[in-house]
Amino acid sequence: MASIDITDVRKAYGAVKILHGVDLTIQDGEFVVLVGPSGCGKSTLLRMIAGLEDISAGEIKIGGKRVNELDPKDRDIAMVFQSYALYPHMTVAGNMSYSLRLRKTAKEKIAAAISGAAEKLSLTPLMERRPKALSGGQRQRVAMGRAIVRKPKAFLFDEPLSNLDARLREHMRGEIKKLHQDLGATSIYVTHDQIEAMTLADRIVAMNAGVVQQVGSPLDLYDRPANLFVAGFMGSPAMNMFEGTYRATDGAPRIELGQGISVPLAGPAPTAEGTKVTLGIRPEHVLVGRELPGGFEARIDLVEPTGFGTILHASAFGSDVKAFSLERGLAERGDTVHVAFPVERIHVFDTATGARIG
Amino acid sequence: MTRKRIVATVAHRVAILAYVLFALFPLFWVLKISVTPNDLLYSEGVRLWPSRTVFDHFDFVIRHSDFPLFFRNSMIVSLSTAVIVTILSSLGGYAMSRFSFRGKFWIVGLMLLTQMFPLVMLIAPIFKILSPLGLTNSLSGLILVYVAFNVPFATFLMQSFFDGIPKDLEEAAMIDGATRFTAFRQIILPLTLPGMAATLGFVFTAAWSELLFALMLISGVDASTFPVGLLSFVSKFSVDFGQMMAAGVLALIPACLFFFFIQRYLVQGLTAGAVKG
Ligand SMILES: Nc1ncnc2c1ncn2[C@@H]1O[C@H](COP(=O)(O)OP(=O)(O)OP(=O)(O)O)[C@@H](O)[C@H]1O
Ligand SMILES: [Mg+2]
Repeated sequence: MASIDITDVRKAYGAVKILHGVDLTIQDGEFVVLVGPSGCGKSTLLRMIAGLEDISAGEIKIGGKRVNELDPKDRDIAMVFQSYALYPHMTVAGNMSYSLRLRKTAKEKIAAAISGAAEKLSLTPLMERRPKALSGGQRQRVAMGRAIVRKPKAFLFDEPLSNLDARLREHMRGEIKKLHQDLGATSIYVTHDQIEAMTLADRIVAMNAGVVQQVGSPLDLYDRPANLFVAGFMGSPAMNMFEGTYRATDGAPRIELGQGISVPLAGPAPTAEGTKVTLGIRPEHVLVGRELPGGFEARIDLVEPTGFGTILHASAFGSDVKAFSLERGLAERGDTVHVAFPVERIHVFDTATGARIG
Repeated sequence: MTRKRIVATVAHRVAILAYVLFALFPLFWVLKISVTPNDLLYSEGVRLWPSRTVFDHFDFVIRHSDFPLFFRNSMIVSLSTAVIVTILSSLGGYAMSRFSFRGKFWIVGLMLLTQMFPLVMLIAPIFKILSPLGLTNSLSGLILVYVAFNVPFATFLMQSFFDGIPKDLEEAAMIDGATRFTAFRQIILPLTLPGMAATLGFVFTAAWSELLFALMLISGVDASTFPVGLLSFVSKFSVDFGQMMAAGVLALIPACLFFFFIQRYLVQGLTAGAVKG
């Protein structure tokens, strides 16, 4: 196991810049999840750590040792591909033992290692099969097995579960978490899936357009997003965002949202009177009721029951407001209700820079 | 099945049958004439099978003509050409498929260019080049020329096979601890066997039946290949059809055997299960 230090790493394909200086330190044994929209450079960063992609500028260290010039085989990392990339002409056992055979490990040691890994992943009855005779979930487990048979310095995962159906994904997510608790291996995990990111990560790294937006614990990112991008990206249904103007002259800091509506804030924000700001509030924090103190009138446009709860789409002060509630039958389509934004749940961002200001 | 489907199926089968008959008929005729006695050749000219069959022609061709020598020469030339071309085009095709390098565009362009000229145009210059090197009238010279002319096309062919193999596989191998060459040898090559078999078969048959260069570059009997040898059955005064056809039948055997042995690699589906679920 080892730590990974990424210092001002950049990537460009010719004139096209993909990564604009990424700094990140991953502790020994930490599970870090990279999230971000498609094309933001997550895979590129992961492949640079693996040595499959040249590093245009900056430095990557694994276990304190600079690896920029090392071939993938000399970096001692394991990687699970989205496509699994199993060797089709080898059996499951052959796939899992390949890395050990390349290292000329003794036969008995190989046998012990692969049977141990097969046990962990319930692959024992499948060891003599070829990949084409396996289901998608089984292939995925073989890919995991191939990574864990040797004890690498770090594990890299590039959307390893995205080809599985929802149920299996949930199951494998649990398996990966258990595996990590067992092995305590330094891991970097790329995903699109919010829930995977939230549940697996010790720390989440949110990226956009080749720039790290925020690094922190899952709840940090969820509760205190550093900017509009992270606020909008984390959470489903997504956070409500309303543009408005910051007012504080009379000693009562608030945001004017138009149509005479203004929302009071808990305290003054570090910005000038009249600044364009964005108010953010998560749907599950929006209160909905017949009569609410400090609430605004809203009309229900759409009711989406999810079974687990209900998503209400309402229009108020000329904007769409989404609310999520665990209660059922809170309102019907066409109802006029009150919605309210509890002051301690409000996020304030500077609209121009996108940065969080309160 | 509806009536329409039945009609369509029958029409389909009939069309295939017609095609197969059309393609195989000349071969059948070769076989027929090779066993027809000389005295019946013209008298029973259009009968589908002669009233009397003999193996005299085969006997003569094998025991009293230079045909075994031609056959051996052809074997050497075709096998060497096929093997050399397959090795070169595998390496070249892999490079074309996986790497981007300076001048790639021009190399591809040049390779295409070589495919554009009618071969007849090139015979004189090639003769001129080979002759001072002592490579005319020799099997090595012929192999050299065949390799040169087959490599470009075979490289494109192999490239398309490599393109069909996911890059992830060799990347996984490299992360597992293989060098790029080990990954190529242990992971990619076994999966490209169908492609290599196809290339091998294609080049072998091309070299086996090549006449133009063999005729122009070789003048002695010692280094003649079998297509050239076939012409020796044509004399000034007559054509010995029986012997010629018997030689032809014998020449078909290696090509058939060759395809028989490589056909199991030609079946597709070796890469099944590599990726996704
Ligand atoms: N060989 C290449 N040449 C030029 N641009 C490339 C190359 N490979 C990737 N890119 C670009 O780099 C950017 C980042 O790609 P990357 O695969 O890292 O995205 P990603 O964050 O993993 O996206 P996804 O979530 O869709 O997998 C993309 O805009 C892509 O078009
Ligand atoms: Mg990706």
